[in-house]
Amino acid sequence: MTAHSPATDGRGAALGAFVRANRVMLLIVGTFLVAAYVWYALDATKATSILRFAWTFSIPLVLGALTGVVGERSGIVNIGIEGQMLASAFAGFFTAAATGSVWIGLLAGMLTGLVMGAFLAWVAVKFQMDQIIAGVVLNIVATGVTSFYYVQGKSLPAAMPVFEIPLLSSIPLIGPVFFRGGIIAFFTLLAVAGLAYALFRTRWGLRTRAIGEYPTAADTAGIDVNRMRLVNTTLAGLLAGAAGVYLSMEQTSTFERGMSAGKGFLALAIMIFGAWFPGRALAAALFFGLTAGIASQLQADRVVAIPQQFVNLLPYVLTLVVLAVAAGRVRAPAAEGTPFVKGEGS
Amino acid sequence: MTQAPDVPAGGPPPAPDVPARERLLEITGLTKVYGTVRANDDISLHVDRGEIVALLGENGAGKSTLVKQVFGLVSPDAGTIVVGGDPARIQDPTDAIRRGIGMVHQHFQLVPVMTVAENVILGHEPVKGLGLDLAAARRLVRDISQRHGLAVDPDARIEDLPVGTQQRVEIIKALSREVKLLILDEPTAVLTPQETDELLQVMRELAQRGTSIVFITHKLREVLAVADRVYVLRRGAVVGEVAARDTDTAGLAQLMVGRSVVLRVDKGAPKLGETVLDVADLHVRDDRRLPAVDGFTLSVREGEIVGVAGVEGNGQRELVEAIAGMRRSESGTLSLLGQDITRADPGQTHRAGMGHIPENREVHGLVGTFSIADNLVLNRYDEDAFANGFVRDRAAIRANAQRWIEEFDIRTPSGDLPAGSLSGGNKQKVVVAREMSARPRLLLAAQPTRGVDVGSIEFIHRRIVEARDAGAAVLLVSAELDEILSLADRVAVIHAGKVVAELDPATADRTEIGRLMAGGGHD
Repeated sequence: MTAHSPATDGRGAALGAFVRANRVMLLIVGTFLVAAYVWYALDATKATSILRFAWTFSIPLVLGALTGVVGERSGIVNIGIEGQMLASAFAGFFTAAATGSVWIGLLAGMLTGLVMGAFLAWVAVKFQMDQIIAGVVLNIVATGVTSFYYVQGKSLPAAMPVFEIPLLSSIPLIGPVFFRGGIIAFFTLLAVAGLAYALFRTRWGLRTRAIGEYPTAADTAGIDVNRMRLVNTTLAGLLAGAAGVYLSMEQTSTFERGMSAGKGFLALAIMIFGAWFPGRALAAALFFGLTAGIASQLQADRVVAIPQQFVNLLPYVLTLVVLAVAAGRVRAPAAEGTPFVKGEGS
Repeated sequence: MTQAPDVPAGGPPPAPDVPARERLLEITGLTKVYGTVRANDDISLHVDRGEIVALLGENGAGKSTLVKQVFGLVSPDAGTIVVGGDPARIQDPTDAIRRGIGMVHQHFQLVPVMTVAENVILGHEPVKGLGLDLAAARRLVRDISQRHGLAVDPDARIEDLPVGTQQRVEIIKALSREVKLLILDEPTAVLTPQETDELLQVMRELAQRGTSIVFITHKLREVLAVADRVYVLRRGAVVGEVAARDTDTAGLAQLMVGRSVVLRVDKGAPKLGETVLDVADLHVRDDRRLPAVDGFTLSVREGEIVGVAGVEGNGQRELVEAIAGMRRSESGTLSLLGQDITRADPGQTHRAGMGHIPENREVHGLVGTFSIADNLVLNRYDEDAFANGFVRDRAAIRANAQRWIEEFDIRTPSGDLPAGSLSGGNKQKVVVAREMSARPRLLLAAQPTRGVDVGSIEFIHRRIVEARDAGAAVLLVSAELDEILSLADRVAVIHAGKVVAELDPATADRTEIGRLMAGGGHD
């Protein structure tokens, strides 16, 4: 083939580079898709229900992981995602119940995530507080406050509306799962695509990665490292907030004490498994979700006689295994967790 | 070009379109104080357009502090910096960049996981719509690299490139911002000789096109090869300004190490005993695996101070590290009191009777987060005096700290405070106290008073002489010729990793030493 036009050549080369860089991921996704459709041909209802379970399971994890990705890519470690989720689930649910509007509830939940993100960023940047400790503080405060102010017997004024994208939603198997759902489900898809683009293709992304890898280089290039860390970590709180709202308002319609149940930490594992890439985090979360979904289906079908508790344990065991395998293969942003002080770099 | 190509001294003449003597940078009375150390002390200098100016001086002379102020990384305590006629204070690097100042830092400011193009555009990214215009970025890199002969692939990842190429990226980065004044902080420290020659060539071309260059170095050859004018800095002050064509290596070496003897140390004649340290035909490589110590032979006897004088970077660091057991030698032997220590580690050399005051106290001398008391027993914590079996004897450690804090006048409210909280001079006293408290048979002192206030210098000098009078052998390595001449009983001049002369400091002539340090015979 010699008759390529320059334009297609450039695009072809870019595609080639993309394929080369994401070989493993593409292989996994491809295998998965083939397997999924084979199953779908055999048992359409069951296949769809497992995939829906997986996606439902993934949404808060993906949002949590993206919160971590934005923070750590900018150099701030956030282990308070669990707390952000829990507090947002609480704030969203009870605001909706009190005001009678799910939309005000949604807003309140996301803002709660934002405020907690701002707190973390503020103490980490202004006071150079240990970021792990600051994150733990968020988790403890969230647990305490949400348990203390919890009241029974409240309910949402209405269910969150379900949207459907015409045409796309009629694709077999993936259509009804990914293109039919609540607002946060769609928001998650957009957030993954948007961040994947923003981190690697925009000015903001280049600067964000620079301040997380080598802040003094960014500083000498005239970038305000600390301001950017502050803004990024704060805004990332919106994502964790959405994850929390999803738990209490979209996935279920109720708030329970401790309902985040470690999902914030699972999200961090997914962030690592996804090597701090938004798209890979989505894939990793779906992998977790599918494993849990399949196990749960097998158990329900009495194919294997294992107690439900062991099935529920699966995501956590998987986390251990995955982290043991992934750790050492992936590389975290070099400057994460390290406060930036002007003039101390070189 | 009107100049004969074989004349090494003096830079190129200004290009015809550059008006002569257009002042680009004017610094007046610049002062910066850190604690008790005057890092910059009333410095005044200027740089003209298209001129290459070298800042020459040993480590700690204040060169980096000076240029960091010009680049807005450090704000001055006093004095003015006028760039292109604009006297407004330079707020930060952004401000400096805006005014046409570019800086290539000693530690490259490049993000290792990013590509060349991404690093070059960082902070002034071309955009197309929402996204980065990476095609424009690549074009920018290619344009600059072609125009200035700085070959580099815009899509290569920084971490995959050799240091010489990384530096080229740094220069491209600076040039992409339309620099009028390019600051190079020790640009050749990490380069091989070939890479250095390439860099000097690039510098000449840039200057011809009207870019002014300030470059920091302590290598005399480079100064003479490329600079128009030289400012020599010592202990934070400008001690000399010369046109490169009016001087030579010996003249520069002399300026660098100083001519005024301020520090006088009272000491009697040495009472020589047996040989303590014997270094025979030692060969050591540096971090880049290049020969640094190249056939060094020297011995030190009981009761004498032998000073190793030389321009920095002639193998002194590697020599000291090899003797202390911190660096493996390639060949040759080291013996301490007849015991072979060629392959000994630092613990073994310590037990064999060596005390070592390392050149870099922050990295090798102290653990900043440990208490002063713990630092004072850092290499003896497991000895019977400070431990009962597995358990540390806190009372003894504290009593030891009390004693040395008093004896060495270490200024601190308590020995329990972290050593990192002390001033430079007091930190150094902690190191010296610890090494002396073990009553070493050999004291290896590398730059023992670097970055230390005058009071502490005198104190440390007196202590070194006392150790010698008590029968210790002292090997003193210093970049300060004054220090060596006032302390040493015998001076070995090191050049290119070997001893080129041994002299008696009482009769030695400074000009002669300067000439020897610069490489000897020819001049």
